[in-house]
Amino acid sequence: MITGTPKPIEEILEMVEPYDNIIVAGCFGCVTVCRVGGDKEVQVLSSTLRLAREAAGKKIEIREVCLERQCDPEYLEPMRPYIEDYQAVLSIACGAGIQFMAEKFTKTPLLPGINTGFLGVTERQGEWTERCQGCGDCVLHLTGGICPVTRCAKSIFHGPCGGSVQGICEVDKEVKCGWQLIIDRLVSLEQMENYGKLKPYKGWDTSRDGGPRRIIREDMV
Amino acid sequence: MLPCTGRIDESLLLKAFENGADGVMVIGCLEGDCHYVNGNIRARARVERVYNILEQINIGPERIRMYNLSAGEGAKFAAFTNEFVGRVEELGPSPINLARSNGSKESEQEVQAT
Repeated sequence: MITGTPKPIEEILEMVEPYDNIIVAGCFGCVTVCRVGGDKEVQVLSSTLRLAREAAGKKIEIREVCLERQCDPEYLEPMRPYIEDYQAVLSIACGAGIQFMAEKFTKTPLLPGINTGFLGVTERQGEWTERCQGCGDCVLHLTGGICPVTRCAKSIFHGPCGGSVQGICEVDKEVKCGWQLIIDRLVSLEQMENYGKLKPYKGWDTSRDGGPRRIIREDMV
Repeated sequence: MLPCTGRIDESLLLKAFENGADGVMVIGCLEGDCHYVNGNIRARARVERVYNILEQINIGPERIRMYNLSAGEGAKFAAFTNEFVGRVEELGPSPINLARSNGSKESEQEVQAT
């Protein structure tokens, strides 16, 4: 899922300061699962803003909505009839959802209520960790299902570097060396031959280097 | 009255302040004695989150507090309630209620002036 963290309330209050009539928009997708931008978070944030603004003597009217997904056009359309009745939208979807809404409704300022994080997994309730950087050229079949691009701080492709000490990465004592994890897994899977199959150079042309990416499925267009 | 404090979420607590409460007291079962295993533990975490929110927006975090009591502790309930009410009275009206009463006084004055 795409993860995120709430922006500090002071920052959000500063963003909405010029407005007295806004929409707070959540998303039932990833941000609901990681408890940062779903229906409940819309209610909590809206109440918080109303309380803060009323206490400061500058009331704010808020329409609370939560869309099925903010990254699909059909779920944004129901907002079209009323969005221009409001001065701004504070979205607590991921950066993709916020941008897509901004593209569809060009006359209304869009404000981000969260800081979008990474593509990750739920370790346990309240803890998420990164697993994928969307490099566009997956090698997990050769690396025991552990991604060297994400799990190695340097995203290197030729085994542990000199900063790996007893399975721990030099960047942080809490971070395991991605390559040590890969080798340990390959050994346990009896697939160490895969270590030699890795490409000498990884092509990054499928990653972010070429700017914003696009996928076109001709069979679906 | 809710069957379990585990049903309480942050928005319900904040709504109480929006609806004019000067303080909110949450009373759950004794820790380790929840019929739904950990409803009161979850409630405590949510109350703490609201405590932090109230602190950030200058409403006053001490306006919310959670107590744990068994259904047989009537005297203790009364003592805790009196303690909390006393504390909220010392704090006075919440900034929301102050803003509302100032607003209504201003509008009364406007009506009298016209």
